[in-house]
Amino acid sequence: MTTAKKELAVAALENGTVIDRIPSEQLFKVVSMLSLDTIPNSITIGNNLSSKKIGAKGIIKIANHFFKDEEINKIALIAPDATINVIHNYEVVEKYHITLHDTLRGIIRCNNPKCISNNEPMETVFHVTRREPLEVTCRYCHRSMKAHEIEIL
Amino acid sequence: MKKESLVSINDLSKEEIIELLEKAKSFEQNPNRRVLEGKVIATLFFEPSTRTRLSFETAVNRLGGRIIGFSDAATSSSSKGESLKDTIMMVNNYVDLIIMRHYLEGAAQYASEVSSVPVINAGDGANQHPTQTMLDLYSIYKTQGTLENLNITMVGDLKYGRTVHSLLQAMSHFNPTFHFVAPDELKMPQEYKLFCEQNNIPYYEHRDFSEEVINQADILYMTRVQRERFTDLMEYERVKNVYILHNSMLDGSKPNLRVLHPLPRVNEIAYDVDNNPKAYYFQQAKNGLYARQAIICKALGIDIE
Ligand SMILES: [Zn+2]
Repeated sequence: MTTAKKELAVAALENGTVIDRIPSEQLFKVVSMLSLDTIPNSITIGNNLSSKKIGAKGIIKIANHFFKDEEINKIALIAPDATINVIHNYEVVEKYHITLHDTLRGIIRCNNPKCISNNEPMETVFHVTRREPLEVTCRYCHRSMKAHEIEIL
Repeated sequence: MKKESLVSINDLSKEEIIELLEKAKSFEQNPNRRVLEGKVIATLFFEPSTRTRLSFETAVNRLGGRIIGFSDAATSSSSKGESLKDTIMMVNNYVDLIIMRHYLEGAAQYASEVSSVPVINAGDGANQHPTQTMLDLYSIYKTQGTLENLNITMVGDLKYGRTVHSLLQAMSHFNPTFHFVAPDELKMPQEYKLFCEQNNIPYYEHRDFSEEVINQADILYMTRVQRERFTDLMEYERVKNVYILHNSMLDGSKPNLRVLHPLPRVNEIAYDVDNNPKAYYFQQAKNGLYARQAIICKALGIDIE
């Protein structure tokens, strides 16, 4: 039995989604990014668990909930190594790494106060202009921001 | 021809730029044509700019179009808190084309996304001003006979000057050599130097505005050095008179050299330069009329001749 399977067994998730390998310091940001506080389903959150790959990690298990790609991929901004496990009938039926899309809509705030997107009721749009290290550029004012400058909406 | 907005000079390919220059040339030969007969065009100036607005409105009038609009935000509905989107949705019910200037960056891009008619960006904050760049290109093309293989020397505020950034990007199609003359605080930003490197465009940086630099230039593009751009006012005091062009400095310059400036100037070009045949900034502004006529027709999908 793999470690992952043991951990999953603890919560005994029959059907649902497990988000694994979230850096501990980002766990609660991920929770709010995915608006998990508004989901009535049972949710188990573990934090500061040991991980060989990323040090301290967090894990989130959500019963009977499955994410669309565009919903879940945005967490790649703060948890690039996260993995998604889709559980059906106590079995991991799908496991994948999240990837950041080339275009990010309504996820990031532009840090330019004179940008139209901060002064108009509209969706922000950013293009990923570099991946390693991450850099995103505002579609409107063309301001570029690095990972540490990114503010999630 | 299809209708399309012009938000940034980067929206245009090399071929489109050349086509616009040819059209501008044709409008210069005959600026009065009634190709906009029956069209209504809005000039929405959320930020006042008399120079740019008069140039656009003259362009429309000489083509037989009619104009509605406002010349500053205080008289517009946005002063009552109406969103840009709502203003655009109202205006695009009435007109065939929107020409807009806004104090916020990205405003024209957003307007072009929500509008059902094409939008021409007449300046959005510190971001883009593509019709200024087209008139700069037309002025260079007209005075040099080509855009290819020229020595373009940019002087003054190269950090915040959006006109020099747009000109740099537009000229990148034409194998230029750039010289950047600026004080340390107002140097050409790294991203534009990187852009040159990626496109194999040679560039040289200078702190001194010397005759040696002037004498190799085909185009001397002057900009304003403004006090409010400096964090260190001592530095401003040191450099404020260094980047001023005087007539005597042009004595050894190339015969084809022309001095350009986006205007209005403050003191960076001494008045004794005005009568030198190499001074081109007043004609440059006039070229804006023809460049804008060409851009308006392209935006509306109107083919001339
Ligand atoms: Zn922005």
